[in-house]
Amino acid sequence: MRKTYAILPALMLLALPLVGNPASWATLTVAGLAMGMMTFIMASGLTLIFGLMGVLTFAHGAFVTFGAFVAASLLTPDLAMLPLALLAAMAAAAVLGALFERVIVKPVYGQHTKQILITMGAMVVAEQLIIVVWGADQRMVELPPLLKGSFLVGDATFERFRLLVVAIGLALYAALHLALNRTRLGLLVRAGVEHPEMVEALGYRIKLVFIAIFALGSALAALGGGLWALYRGQLTASLGAERMIDIFIVVIVGGLGSLGGCFIAALLAALLFNYTSYFAPSLASLSEVILLIVVLLWRPRGLMG
Amino acid sequence: MRSRPLALLLAAILLGLATTPFILHGAQAINAAAHICIFILLVASYDLLLGYTGVVSFAHTMFFGIGGYGAGLALAFSPSWPSLALGIAAALLLSGLLSMVIGLLSLRVRALFFAMITLAVAAVFAELASRLSWLTGGEDGKSFEVPELLRASFRLLPDRLFGTVINGKVVTYYLIFAATCLLFLLLLRLVNSPFGRVLQAIRENEFRAEAIGYRTAYYRTAASAVAAMVATLGGVLLSLWLRYIGPDSTLSFDIMIDVLLMTVIGGTGSLYGSIIGATLIVIAQTYLRDALSGLQDLTPLANPDRWRLWLGLIFIFCVYLFPEGIVGKLRAMANRKILPP
Amino acid sequence: MLELKGAHTHIGPYHILQGVDLTAEEGRITMLLGRNGAGKTTTLRTIMGLWRPSAGSVRFAGREIGGLATAEIARAGIAYVPEEMAVFSQLTVEENLRLAARSGPIDRQRLDWVFHLFPALETFWKKPSGLLSGGQKQMLAIARAAIEPKRLVIVDEPTKGLAPSMILHVIEAFRQLKQAGATVLMVEQNFHCAKSLGDQVAVMDQGRVAHRGSMADFAADQALQSRLLGLSLDSHQ
Repeated sequence: MRKTYAILPALMLLALPLVGNPASWATLTVAGLAMGMMTFIMASGLTLIFGLMGVLTFAHGAFVTFGAFVAASLLTPDLAMLPLALLAAMAAAAVLGALFERVIVKPVYGQHTKQILITMGAMVVAEQLIIVVWGADQRMVELPPLLKGSFLVGDATFERFRLLVVAIGLALYAALHLALNRTRLGLLVRAGVEHPEMVEALGYRIKLVFIAIFALGSALAALGGGLWALYRGQLTASLGAERMIDIFIVVIVGGLGSLGGCFIAALLAALLFNYTSYFAPSLASLSEVILLIVVLLWRPRGLMG
Repeated sequence: MRSRPLALLLAAILLGLATTPFILHGAQAINAAAHICIFILLVASYDLLLGYTGVVSFAHTMFFGIGGYGAGLALAFSPSWPSLALGIAAALLLSGLLSMVIGLLSLRVRALFFAMITLAVAAVFAELASRLSWLTGGEDGKSFEVPELLRASFRLLPDRLFGTVINGKVVTYYLIFAATCLLFLLLLRLVNSPFGRVLQAIRENEFRAEAIGYRTAYYRTAASAVAAMVATLGGVLLSLWLRYIGPDSTLSFDIMIDVLLMTVIGGTGSLYGSIIGATLIVIAQTYLRDALSGLQDLTPLANPDRWRLWLGLIFIFCVYLFPEGIVGKLRAMANRKILPP
Repeated sequence: MLELKGAHTHIGPYHILQGVDLTAEEGRITMLLGRNGAGKTTTLRTIMGLWRPSAGSVRFAGREIGGLATAEIARAGIAYVPEEMAVFSQLTVEENLRLAARSGPIDRQRLDWVFHLFPALETFWKKPSGLLSGGQKQMLAIARAAIEPKRLVIVDEPTKGLAPSMILHVIEAFRQLKQAGATVLMVEQNFHCAKSLGDQVAVMDQGRVAHRGSMADFAADQALQSRLLGLSLDSHQ
């Protein structure tokens, strides 16, 4: 399993001679890593939910959008507000996520067709409600001045915010990894992925675990959305829907329920996209689908599924 | 049928569609009617997948687009009937092949995976249509001329008939109407045939169907191909109507959502549901704006652009409680009257 | 300790348990025997709350547990060792047992006893339990039920597919469990195991308990065995 992580540095090294210019390569790589981290954050929640509960929620994108709007509404030029705004977005999304699980998802456990249809419908309704609350116009989102801009290392330009995102992504991955492997809740989740009935028979109410994971997944989606809006500088109600394809591809390529797989897949897809954009911009969006097909042919259950 | 109100409703819609150019004057009405016909085809073919075979796919708009681009690009090249015929043939071939590939894929992966993959494929197709501007006209799409018979400037009859000018637009409308009727009847024939019954058996219990001896792979793939080709023809008709093709007119995800809404609200598992669903939603889209324009100052919820909010809620409601939609409800009501007290 | 009265269970349209009357006396090992399809596993699952009884009562230590959630039933002091073992293969042996020790850290004395019974678990302590052999997984499943004192242990075919030497281990484990005061209700197809462990026996047939009594009496009655099981208890070793 450790060996799979090697794909990332391998790809980065491969791209270096192809790009030619080390400065451009560095900028492209950091940009790719930043993008990948955000996709990872958004997708991590879904892979946990899908892995544990077998629920594919097409409404996940709605939490991404919701998080973005809440965070954007609370932002001020004051740098100290940024973590608070993001945390508030996560908290709100967690609460809504828990409610969503109990009210919308629970009645259709195991009924996959209904699940797909209902969560898709919920996504449409949620997007509309977001428009009702926040309006249909595009919103500009400004970074606090301290995070704006970039600095030079030799010839290479690195944007401050992108580096922050990479740091946040790594920290989050480490935190989630620890939580899954060192805490009792993590134990329950990992056991529940295999035999939810047995976990229940050991005396744990697996339903509470489900709710907790759904809440966590929604919070992560919200965080990803908030960061993405800041990254892009603007925000519309279709933010989440636009990201859903990438999120799905990353979840499948990574392997359902595998946090590590999701991490690798997200970074891989983003790096691939960036490198491809450099050489053949019109093929960039194809690169993800090609990645999906290649990985599925090689490992049908995903990289670490 | 077994439900008087349902039969009357359907007859009314049919009559309305048949006579729209003559009873309702103005571009908006005939435009709505043309869209209803085209969506009937889209939704009925989608229901073949969803309601009859039990497959959820989000790639349906891709086939719609293939038809639209096939006809549109052919006519842009040369606005003649032979050119159009060639474009249609190419589109149908492409759709048939793609749908079989996708149909086979649906057999190898779980339903949830399959749904996600079709979503991704449709998105990529839309991307490509936007990017390959040398071929497709890119984001802006292409406008083109249609064969002379269908042009607005063409007059079939020198005088007005019932107060309506019988120009190429009207001819185009009736072409669409006739094609819709024909294809709908073909689909109806198909689902009521032994083939259709096997599809339903597969939907109910695939394992059992295999055990009895039906090669579910064959039936699934055939159903995918039929659905795709009908959607493709719908796209052709849309192109002829709009005299324009672009990524937004056929490939946008909003259209896929609309198809979903229409299928479920109208009623899955019944082709008549497509008629009801398509009519309801196209009318809502077209006329709700005027109806609600007074109310929208009261609350943003009443903004006519929010029609998807309300239809989305009805949709969710239907999936939970009325999987058979309006058609199912009407039939159920009729059945209740027949049962003894 | 455990008492079922007129328990019915429906699974979809199928009426599996058709009025089960069953008792498991405290501190004894009760064997649940019967032909395939008689409803033995369904009975255990119904007790555990994995399937809800559609009628009748299930009482444990004087308390009605029919209809309660599985987690609650487990917390009332019942441990379950299912037929498929349900070992968490991605988790290490240690993690499997830690999960089973719900009330806190694993009791050292108890763990030593488990290691004594099943040495393989100590060897594979930090390894993913997916690497264990079938027999070792069975040991882990039993160890999970034994890592904390439980009032009732319900077990579904613990010797299935095990080598004869392993079967002896299993029999010994349950003997020791019984000595520690546990009540056991066990479904078993291996007649030697059933005879050596069982104090009481209940034989199921077509969703009902067709015979109840002491194992000693049942083992002596070959005709009864033939009638209810199709074979005698002595014909298998």
